[in-house]
Amino acid sequence: MYAYDSFDQKLVDERVEQYRDQVARRLSGELTEEQFRPLRLMNGLYLQLHAYMLRVSIPYGTLSSTQMRKLAHIAKVYDKGYGHFTTRQNIQYNWPKLEETPDLLAELAEVEMHAIQTSGNSFRNTTSDQYAGAAADELDDPRIYCEIIRQWSTLHPEFSFLPRKFKIAVTASETDRAAIKVHDIGIQMVRDDDGTMGFHIMVGGGLGRSPFIGRTIRNFVDEKHLLSYLEAILRVYNQLGRRDNIYKARIKILVHERGIEEFTRLVEEEWAQIKNSALDLPPEEVARIRAHFAPPPYETLATVSSALEAKRFEDKGFAAWVRTNVKPHKQPGYAIADISLKPIGKPPGDATDDQMDLVADLADQYSFGEIRVTHEQNLALVDVKQDDLYVLWEALKDAELATPNLGLISDIIACPGLDYCNLANARSIPISEQISKRFEDLDKQHNIGDLKIKISGCINACGHHHVGHIGILGVDRKGEEYYQITLGGSADENASVGKIVGPSFSYDEVVNAVDTLVATYLELRDGENEPFLAAYRRLGETPFKEALYGTN
Amino acid sequence: MALIKNGQSADNVWRTLADKESVPSDGPVIISLKRWTEEKPWLKGRNAPLGIFLQADQPPAIIEDDLDRFEIVALEFPTFRDGRAYSYARLLRERFGYKGEIRAVGDVLRDQLSFMQRCGIDSFEVADDAPIDQWVKAIDEISVVYQPATDARQTALEKRRSA
Amino acid sequence: MAHQVITANRLVDGDVVYLSANNEWSEWIDEAVVAQSDDDTAALMTVAEQAIEDLKIVGPYEFDVECSGKEIKPISMREIIRAAGPSIRRDLGKQATKG
Repeated sequence: MYAYDSFDQKLVDERVEQYRDQVARRLSGELTEEQFRPLRLMNGLYLQLHAYMLRVSIPYGTLSSTQMRKLAHIAKVYDKGYGHFTTRQNIQYNWPKLEETPDLLAELAEVEMHAIQTSGNSFRNTTSDQYAGAAADELDDPRIYCEIIRQWSTLHPEFSFLPRKFKIAVTASETDRAAIKVHDIGIQMVRDDDGTMGFHIMVGGGLGRSPFIGRTIRNFVDEKHLLSYLEAILRVYNQLGRRDNIYKARIKILVHERGIEEFTRLVEEEWAQIKNSALDLPPEEVARIRAHFAPPPYETLATVSSALEAKRFEDKGFAAWVRTNVKPHKQPGYAIADISLKPIGKPPGDATDDQMDLVADLADQYSFGEIRVTHEQNLALVDVKQDDLYVLWEALKDAELATPNLGLISDIIACPGLDYCNLANARSIPISEQISKRFEDLDKQHNIGDLKIKISGCINACGHHHVGHIGILGVDRKGEEYYQITLGGSADENASVGKIVGPSFSYDEVVNAVDTLVATYLELRDGENEPFLAAYRRLGETPFKEALYGTN
Repeated sequence: MALIKNGQSADNVWRTLADKESVPSDGPVIISLKRWTEEKPWLKGRNAPLGIFLQADQPPAIIEDDLDRFEIVALEFPTFRDGRAYSYARLLRERFGYKGEIRAVGDVLRDQLSFMQRCGIDSFEVADDAPIDQWVKAIDEISVVYQPATDARQTALEKRRSA
Repeated sequence: MAHQVITANRLVDGDVVYLSANNEWSEWIDEAVVAQSDDDTAALMTVAEQAIEDLKIVGPYEFDVECSGKEIKPISMREIIRAAGPSIRRDLGKQATKG
């Protein structure tokens, strides 16, 4: 993975000192809260329901074991012993003290980490496929270009005061594991007819109050022109994005209001002026960064491990875990191991400091010291020898990190919701816990199959409910917690926005409503091999609506 | 308002005129785009320094052909959140080749000066009680820059190449 | 009108606090001063504005409560959670340290 050179390190060190000075000026009263707020947001520090909240950046979801140990240490020393992994591959701490945050950030800088631009109206974390480098179906490692974009977008002088936040995601496979179609800019690496590698660029995707699927702005941009093309998009957005209404300020609104043809014309016009300039990507810089993402020293192994096969046969628990939490690897004899952070009946996406330390150790032992964070709030070790999967599983199991539920109904995405967040209308975590308990039985879960439930506590949609097969949105009805259900959303390469199925359900009713939806699916599906989303797309909303509300 | 220019406190020689004030025949004045558009013929003949004030919703392309008339362009930051003028400054310098003074006016904060300078802004109208020397120091708080901009600062990439 | 209480976050550590007797800010809602009229609330908010100046707190606001005996109970779920701690982690926040 990328390692800082002296310039990268200097920037984060200077940033910590700049922030330390800002905090001192706040605590002395030289800065008012109005003046300080944008500054602390630019370093990821929010004021939330119970306390401050710090969002630490995990660039494209890649962590070294050293970094993970530092995150564990921060949880232990500066927080209450845990952290929460988010839908943008970052980590959040819920209880830092303002006066301690400069030291906290200084400790992060020691391990090449920071909280720069994890909030505020500028570029956020550029996210990617959690299996990058290991997935058999990728054209290249998209993280190379994520790192290039990360540097270009860090403290960009022209784009630090955009109309609103800006999120970029990059993948390199046809299968989209990074939800690129619901990002402000979504980038997929592709080959042109000559076999040259380049980028398919989409703009204007997004969730929140008004969900949109991204539109193609250019089918192919070659490597050299990646940054100049992005700069052209941003320059148009910075000038023309709405600034009169924060709910209409994202680029998706601009693309929607102007139309993709007009928006494309404006961008291409600007790009014509700035391509073939200082923004051209020098091949030697790409090569320098690429070298950091070279494959690890894989051993030469048999394609299939007989030890693995034997253990699967012997140990039903292990077999269940392999079935859902282990994915094929491009290198023979290796595997991708998902670490589920969705234990039944517990908050999704949380990890204790002890769990983080353990994952760091396991990464060192079994996966070349590297850990991935997924946008579905799980972790992964992506370079594990198949021979090692059983001992890995045993270690994970002891720490409650081996729930065999990746992609099943209990693998729920939920935002922090009203338990933590100032913006929320309703709680999301207890709904997630209750749903996972209701469907705890593993045979039942496998019978149901692939069903992605996503829960947001408010319209800001941090839980990605719009793109859940079943989406649940917390709303406020006369001061009480109610939940609106959407159906048929999807975040993958066939992305779709879910449709509201009918009137909302109370806190006490919503889990039963989900139960009813699942029962309806099981009853009407076209055999065991038709997953929920396919059944919904075939049947439409009517049978589900009727099951929930009765026929009128 | 105080003024920061060339890394220090500076005197402001320009007077920004409200539209209802009459334009004196001499003396350096900054006028609005509206006024320039309406009174262009006689203003062109005025033999004294002239500057123009662009609001946040007035991109510089509007006055592209007239730029050589203005010794100064004042760019408005109505709230610190409104970042349009960062693009305007860059376009003035890099697209239209403007060589005169570009001044940031409005809600100009210490932690933005570095960004503004990188975009080609060379003077800043700030609050009267702004501690100027501390503000000037703030411009250099982060010495590493990743991306090329208007200024001549060496980017990390360029430093890597020459290392 | 409903009874009201003033709350804020403490500047240095972000802890949730309630305006209490002697213009002090307590972590415990039961110690809060209860406003029984609009004038009361306005007076308390003035105290809160001064506390901002004095660098004690940020973001003060009033919210509705009901009083029964010595207990002061928020009416909205948001303030109930805020006074207690996360509902799904009873081992964290005020609910854990309260006797």
